[in-house]
Amino acid sequence: MLSIEDATVRFGERAVLDAVRLDVAEHEIVCVLGPSGSGKSTMLRAVAGLQALDGGRVLLGGADQAGVPVHRRGVGLMFQDHQLFPQRDVGGNVAFGLRMRGAGKAEQAERVRELLDLVGLPGAERRSVAALSGGEQQRVALARALAPRPRLLMLDEPLGQLDRGLRERLVVELRQLFGRLGTTVLAVTHDQGEAFALADRLVVMRDGRIAQSGTPVDVWRRPASEFVARFLGFDNVVAARVTGGVAQTVWGKVPVPDGSPEGERRLLVRPGGVRLVAEGPVWTVESRTFRGSHAVVRLRPAEGPALEAELPLREAPEEGARVGVEFRAEDVVVLGDDTP
Amino acid sequence: MAVPVAFFALFFAWPVASIVERGLRVDGVWQFGRFGETLSRPEILDVLWFTLWQALASTGLTLLIALPGAYVFARFDFRGKGLLRAVVTVPFVMPTVMVGTAFLALVGRGGLLDELWGVRLDTTVWAILIAHVFFNYAVVVRTVGGLWAQLDPRQEEAARVLGASRWKAWRTVTLPALAPSVAAAALMVFLFTASSFAVVQILGGSTYSTLETEIYRQTVVRFDLTTAAVLTMVQFVAVGVVLAVHARTVRRRETALRMVAPEEAARRPRGIGQWALFAGVLLSVALLIVLPLGVLVERSFATSHGYGLDYYRALQTPDPSGTFLVPLLDTIGNSLRYAVVATLIALVIGGLAAAALTRRAGRLVRGFDALLMLPLGVSAVTVGFGFLITLDEPPFDLRASWILVPLAQALVGVPFVVRTMLPVLRAVDERLREAAAVLGASPWRAWREVDLPLVRRALLIAAGFAFAVSLGEFGATVFIARPDSPTLPVAVARLLGRPGELNYGQAMALSTILMVVCAVSLLLLERLRTDRTSGEF
Repeated sequence: MLSIEDATVRFGERAVLDAVRLDVAEHEIVCVLGPSGSGKSTMLRAVAGLQALDGGRVLLGGADQAGVPVHRRGVGLMFQDHQLFPQRDVGGNVAFGLRMRGAGKAEQAERVRELLDLVGLPGAERRSVAALSGGEQQRVALARALAPRPRLLMLDEPLGQLDRGLRERLVVELRQLFGRLGTTVLAVTHDQGEAFALADRLVVMRDGRIAQSGTPVDVWRRPASEFVARFLGFDNVVAARVTGGVAQTVWGKVPVPDGSPEGERRLLVRPGGVRLVAEGPVWTVESRTFRGSHAVVRLRPAEGPALEAELPLREAPEEGARVGVEFRAEDVVVLGDDTP
Repeated sequence: MAVPVAFFALFFAWPVASIVERGLRVDGVWQFGRFGETLSRPEILDVLWFTLWQALASTGLTLLIALPGAYVFARFDFRGKGLLRAVVTVPFVMPTVMVGTAFLALVGRGGLLDELWGVRLDTTVWAILIAHVFFNYAVVVRTVGGLWAQLDPRQEEAARVLGASRWKAWRTVTLPALAPSVAAAALMVFLFTASSFAVVQILGGSTYSTLETEIYRQTVVRFDLTTAAVLTMVQFVAVGVVLAVHARTVRRRETALRMVAPEEAARRPRGIGQWALFAGVLLSVALLIVLPLGVLVERSFATSHGYGLDYYRALQTPDPSGTFLVPLLDTIGNSLRYAVVATLIALVIGGLAAAALTRRAGRLVRGFDALLMLPLGVSAVTVGFGFLITLDEPPFDLRASWILVPLAQALVGVPFVVRTMLPVLRAVDERLREAAAVLGASPWRAWREVDLPLVRRALLIAAGFAFAVSLGEFGATVFIARPDSPTLPVAVARLLGRPGELNYGQAMALSTILMVVCAVSLLLLERLRTDRTSGEF
């Protein structure tokens, strides 16, 4: 459906997009995840034609989009802060794209009703957009983007401005909705929870390049680099020398999964892979935070960086307690080269 | 951008430059020595000194009287606020000739004060100063009050909670936030009063002369083009400096302030102090603005045998003395026709300039922004006379054409259009246009669907101001309006220049009619206006 081939965008000297390659298949939901400034919004704007490319090309349905103006690309874009037209009511906003395509009045009204039902705002046609809550605005923006049946729907931080509870509910609704409609979606976000809940495939970006691409489970289980690991919220990263299925670190010996690359590497230990034992070198419990069904315990070794361990509530020791530590190989990841 | 630049080059820069050249170049040699010579003549120094100090005094007095008014409009909620706001704005859109006339009726020979107490203030500086306050009250109330109304009062409350007294909270929180807008308003008032022509001409008599009236006198009466050219250059430089300072303060004003909707901050007056302030402001508005306007109307009906419509009736018949070739009532039609054409020109030129200034940034564009304001401060007399000497040969032989008048009037309308449109156009989020484009709107369609609905209101307001200032333009029009089709302000000035009760009465009657036209268009504008999208005026 969408092919981005070596797309490059420069702002002055800096490459905001640096030879990015990305394909999105029909009916696929791809989420681009990255910190702000990683070039993800620029990528959407380049696909929409709002940002000219300095190199490479964008193909939609196999056709090169160079020279095709924004309004003829037939894509949908939901802006970060929605950008609803303030002088039009809800119905006028949703019908806008249909009107631009010269749809008849009856057809417009029918489609607007259909979409407002779909996003859970039935009968809101005559309401002023200024009177809508953040969540309602988001729904109207979505309806407006979907109304002309775009071949590709792009979402720029779709839930960015909403509060946490609403965000978690809406992201599930969105995934169900897109699945039902068979929409091809390219979304960008800096919120990993949002990305994991929405995507069929995840693309992690850093400094205008793609750092990793894969299914949410893949990315979660095997972050490709320290950057991706830290971006996903993993802090247990340490330098290691890997030889023969064992890594030497300041935390002691850590078993690694079979087939891991060897040599001087960075090592990730997922907090769930840390177990407390009675013997071995002594670690001090620095802090203990309850997170619902489990507790996160911060352990300070004699030397080296602190280690986070995720433990069942019953097993979490008191602050100040002295414990030994053991690692589970399946929760250890040998990370790839970090330079992007 | 090219069209407005060409317009200003042809109809502003060229005429002014030609006048200066004619005055300063004799037999192909530039006579720069004339600068020192002219500027050391005591009577010229007097003129410069008077121009400066009366402008400073007018500005100070205006701020003193109008700032409490700005506070009342910003923070108090009372019935008839919209109407009162319109009333204080009437003087600003009134032709300056009418301002002079109104004050003549109040403080002049046979004026109200003369009749009651035998007090005459015309030919004193007080008449000029008060008339300037009358004229510029609205500038301060609108510029400062508009911002004040949107300042978040909770900022001041935060200061109070932190232990500041009411006065100290105002001084440390509100005043710094307001200061740039006060400075901007003061500079505008200074500019208007320093280049004031008709008011000084009518109220100052032969006693007082400002730069502007002196340029007129040197050009028309003494035909000393050299002196006029030197004075024009002095004015040009002074105005340029003032505008540069103004541009800086305006940019500073764009610093982030916490804004709220004006309705949220307004309260009904509470306590004796606030009611006293409120009453004081109402009283000053009544004395300063309503009274002169009222006296003007009253004089137009007061004939030698009691009240009647005699003066109005006389307007319908041709002038027996032959000064005017047409019935004076026709001047209303002339004025309206010219003003409509001038408004259209100003909208096209100003609209294009504003659009260009929105899309582009950079030093050159900002320079052009400031340049657009020049016609407000540079001698209209020079422009008018420059028109006559430059636009009289092919390819621009327009001297005999009626279009000359609206062209000159549009020149003063353009700055208002630009000032009104620019903030609104800048406020239109580029991404709204992008949203429209992604939804399938071509660039032209996106402009029509997104920009136009948002700026329509501002466009109407801009048109209203351009119309009002075109209607009242005097300094340039007096030169170029043909004798068989004078405009209303020109006719009033001529009537006032002649003796006799009938002439005086007719001037009052004409002024009243013009005032009503201005007031009605203003009330229509006021209905359209919201403080958020109104620009600087």
